[in-house]
Amino acid sequence: MAAEREPPPLGDGKPTDFEELEDGEDLFTSTVSTLESSPSSPEPAGLAEDISTNSNGPKPAEVVLDDDREDLFAEATEEVSLDSPEREPILSSEPSPAVTPVTPTTLIAPRIESKSLSAPVIFDRSREEIEEEANGDVFDIEIGVSDPEKVGDGMNAYMAYRVTTKTSLSMFSKSEFSVKRRFSDFLGLHSKLASKYLHVGYIVPPAPEKSIVGMTKVKVGKEDSSSTEFVEKRRAALERYLQRTVKHPTLLQDPDLRQFLESSELPRAVNTQALSGAGILRMVNKAADAVNKMTIKMNESDAWFEEKQQQFENLDQQLRKLHASVEALVCHRKELSANTAAFAKSAAMLGNSEDHTALSRALSQLAEVEEKIDQLHQEQAFADFYMFSELLSDYIRLIAAVKHYVIHLQGVFDHRMKCWQKWEDAQITLLKKRETEAKMMVANKPDKIQQAKNEIREWEAKVQQGERDFEQISKTIRKEVGRFEKERVKDFKTVIIKYLESLVQTQQQLIKYWEAFLPEAKAIA
Amino acid sequence: MMEGLDDGPDFLSEEDRGLKAINVDLQSDAALQVDISDALSERDKVKFTVHTKSSLPNFKQNEFSVVRQHEEFIWLHDSFIENEDYAGYIIPPAPPRPDFDASREKLQKLGEGEGSMTKEEFTKMKQELEAEYLAIFKKTVAMHEVFLCRVAAHPILRKDLNFHVFLEYNQDLSVRGKNKKEKLEDFFKNMVKSADGVIVSGVKDVDDFFEHERTFLLEYHNRVKDASAKSDRMTRSHKSAADDYNRIGSSLYALGTQDSTDICKFFLKVSELFDKTRKIEARVSADEDLKLSDLLKYYLRESQAAKDLLYRRSRSLVDYENANKALDKARAKNKDVLQAETSQQLCCQKFEKISESAKQELIDFKTRRVAAFRKNLVELAELELKHAKVSFVT
Repeated sequence: MAAEREPPPLGDGKPTDFEELEDGEDLFTSTVSTLESSPSSPEPAGLAEDISTNSNGPKPAEVVLDDDREDLFAEATEEVSLDSPEREPILSSEPSPAVTPVTPTTLIAPRIESKSLSAPVIFDRSREEIEEEANGDVFDIEIGVSDPEKVGDGMNAYMAYRVTTKTSLSMFSKSEFSVKRRFSDFLGLHSKLASKYLHVGYIVPPAPEKSIVGMTKVKVGKEDSSSTEFVEKRRAALERYLQRTVKHPTLLQDPDLRQFLESSELPRAVNTQALSGAGILRMVNKAADAVNKMTIKMNESDAWFEEKQQQFENLDQQLRKLHASVEALVCHRKELSANTAAFAKSAAMLGNSEDHTALSRALSQLAEVEEKIDQLHQEQAFADFYMFSELLSDYIRLIAAVKHYVIHLQGVFDHRMKCWQKWEDAQITLLKKRETEAKMMVANKPDKIQQAKNEIREWEAKVQQGERDFEQISKTIRKEVGRFEKERVKDFKTVIIKYLESLVQTQQQLIKYWEAFLPEAKAIA
Repeated sequence: MMEGLDDGPDFLSEEDRGLKAINVDLQSDAALQVDISDALSERDKVKFTVHTKSSLPNFKQNEFSVVRQHEEFIWLHDSFIENEDYAGYIIPPAPPRPDFDASREKLQKLGEGEGSMTKEEFTKMKQELEAEYLAIFKKTVAMHEVFLCRVAAHPILRKDLNFHVFLEYNQDLSVRGKNKKEKLEDFFKNMVKSADGVIVSGVKDVDDFFEHERTFLLEYHNRVKDASAKSDRMTRSHKSAADDYNRIGSSLYALGTQDSTDICKFFLKVSELFDKTRKIEARVSADEDLKLSDLLKYYLRESQAAKDLLYRRSRSLVDYENANKALDKARAKNKDVLQAETSQQLCCQKFEKISESAKQELIDFKTRRVAAFRKNLVELAELELKHAKVSFVT
C-alpha cells in the first residue's frame, strides 16, 4: 500500500487525503508523542501564544527570519511543521475524522476541518456554512487612522497616529476604541504577522515603506507643504494597510493584531530595520533565488504556478505603466492648477487697466471664474492621487509579494519531492537488506534491519508530514490567490467608480461657474 | 446698453449685435472682400490662396485669386510701416510666421518611438499629432486672413497701391527675405526707435486725450503680454493633462484585454470612458487656446501697433516743437526764415494730420477691442459649458 503511493496531485482528489490520513494514523500517534507539551486547543489564536511560550527546539525560527529561510530549504521539514499554527488543529482533530466544524470563534479551523470530513456532501454544506459565517462576521470592522501628532523634539521626534476601531466582533472587548501608534509599531506588527503566516502561504499585506528623507523633514520641523503632504500620504497608506490586514479573515484572528488595535501600551518594536515590506520581500527573494537554483521536475501542479506567475508578471507590468501615467496626470493637473491661478491674477490686472467699464467687469469676473476653476483642479489632483495613484502603487507591491509566494511554494514542492525520493530510497534499501538476510539465512544483523525499518518509518512520517504541509500550504495559497484576485477586483471597481464620480462632480462645478460667467460676458456693450 | 439680462436667449438682438461686432472688425461693405480660400503646406513653407471679390474700378476683374507666401505678407506690412503717409494710422500687425517646427519634431519623435509602443497607442498618438498639426495650420491661415481683412476694412489703407498689387499680381512678387545686412539694419533701427521712444515719451502731451491714451496703452500692453503668456501656459498644461488621459486609457485597455473576466470588461469600459474624456478635454484646451490665448496674443500685437502710432505722433510733435524753436531762432537771427517757416509748416501739418487720424484710430481700436473680447469671451463660456455638459453626460 505505502509503496504504491505517489505524491498526490494538487487540489483535486480530496478523497485520497482521507485515505491517507486513515492509513497514517499510527504514524501520527508516534509523531504526536515526539512533540513536546503543546496544549491542543482548537483556537489558533491561542496557539500563536502557545508557540511563543513553548520552548520547542527549533524555536529561534520565528524571531530570526533570515536563517530560518535558508534552513527551511537546506534540511528538515520539522521547523515548518512544528511552528505552523495550523499544525495543532490538524493534530487535535485528527483522531476523529468525522469531526464537525468547531466553534464560531475559530475561523481558521473550520477550513482545515473541512478537509478531514469523510463525506463530500457534508463537506460541501459545511463549507458553505463556514463561508457564510466567515463573510458575515469578518467584514464588520472599521479601521481609521487619523490625527497625526508630532511627539518629541529633534531627531528623536516621531509622528503618533490615532488608530480607531469600530467593530461588533465578539473577540474584541469593546465595540469602539482607539489607541496611539507610531510608524515603527506598524512595522513591528507586520513583522510578527509575516513571521507567523508568510511561510504557510498566506499573503500578508506589505507595510508602507520607510522613508528617511520624509521623516527627517518632519523631525527637523520643516513646516512646509511637502512635509505635511508626506505625513498625509503616510497616514493614508497606514490606514489602507490596516484595512487590508483586517479584511484577511485569518490575520484578523491573530492576537498580535488584536493587541495592536486594542492595548494602550505596546512594547516598542525593535529591529524594524528589515521589517518593512521591501525588507520582507528581499528575504523571500533570497530564498526564492536558492530555490530557483534547484532543478524542479515539471508536474501538472507546477503548471498552475507557472501560469499564475506569468499572469502576475503581466499584471505587474500593466499596473506599473498605468501607475506611471496616473502620476503624470497628477503632476500635470497640479501644473494646470498653478497656471490657472497665475492666469487668473493676470486677467484681474488686465481687467483693472481696461477702461471700458463693462469689459473691465467681465474680465474681473473671468479672473474669478478661473480662480475657482483652479481650486477645482487642485481638488481633482488630490482625488487623482489619493484614490487612483496610491491604490495602484499598493497593488503593485501586493502583486510583487504574491509573485514571491508562488515561487516560494515551488520550493516547498521541490523539497517535498526530495523527501519522497529519500523515502523511496529507504524502502529500496530495506528490501535489499531483507534480501541479503534471506540469502544468508541467518538473522545476521537484526538491528541493521530494524534500523532500516526505523529509517523507513521515519521517512514515511516525514513524507506524510510533508504531504500534509504541502497540501495545506498549496490549498492556502490557492485560496489566498483566489481571495486576492476577488479583493483586487472589488477594490479596483470601488476606487475607479469613486474616482469617476469625482470627475463628474468637477464637471458639474465647471458648468456652474461658466453659466454664471456667461451673462457677464454678454453684458459687455 | 443692457442686453437681455438673460431670461432666455434673445436670438434676434444677439445675432444683430454679433454680426455688427464682426462687421466693425472686418468687411464693411461689398466693395472689397478678401479671404484666404485655400492653403497648402509644403516642406517648409505655406502657400496661401488669396481670394478677392471687389466692385472697385481699380481692379481688372471682379473676382480673382493669387497665391502668396508668408514673406510677401511681411513685405506688404513693412511697406505700410515705411510709408510716411500712413504714420497716423494703426498699421494692422503682421501675422506671425507659420511655425510647424514643434509639431514636426513631435511627429518625428513618434516615428522613432514606434517600436516601443503598441499599435493602438501609436495610431492614437499619430492621430493626435496630426490633429495638432492641422490646428496650427488653421490658426496660421486665420491670422494671415485677419491681417488682410483689417487692411481691406481700413478706409485709407485699402486704397494702397501695394495692397492692390499684392491682391492682383498673379505672379511671384519676388520679394526676397531680408538678407543679413538688412536684418542688421532693422535691428539698429529698432534700437534707435526704442531709445527715441523713451526720450519722446518724456515729453508731456498737450492733449489730455492722448496723454490718457498713452498711459493706458503702456499699462495695458504690459498686462496683455503677461496675460497672454500665462494663458498660453495654462492651455499647454491642459493639453498635457488631456494627453495623460490618453495614456491612461491605453493602459486600461491593455489591462482589459488580458482576459475576459468581469474586471476586464470593467476595465475596457473605463478605458473607453477615459478616451472620450480625453477627446473632450483636448477640445476644451484647444478652444481655450483659440478664444482666450489667441485673442490675447492678437491684442498684444495690436496694442503694440497702437503704441507705435502714439510714438510716431509724439515724434512728430517733438519735430514740430523743434521746428518752432528753429523758426524762432531763424526769426531772431533773420536768416533762412523762409526755410524755417516752410519746415515748421510741414511739421505742423504732419503733426495735426497724425493727431487727427490717430484720435479716430484709437477710438476705433477701443471699439474693436471691446467687441472682440466680448465675442470671444462669450464664445469661450459657451464652449466650456457645452463641453462640461457633454462630459457630464458621458
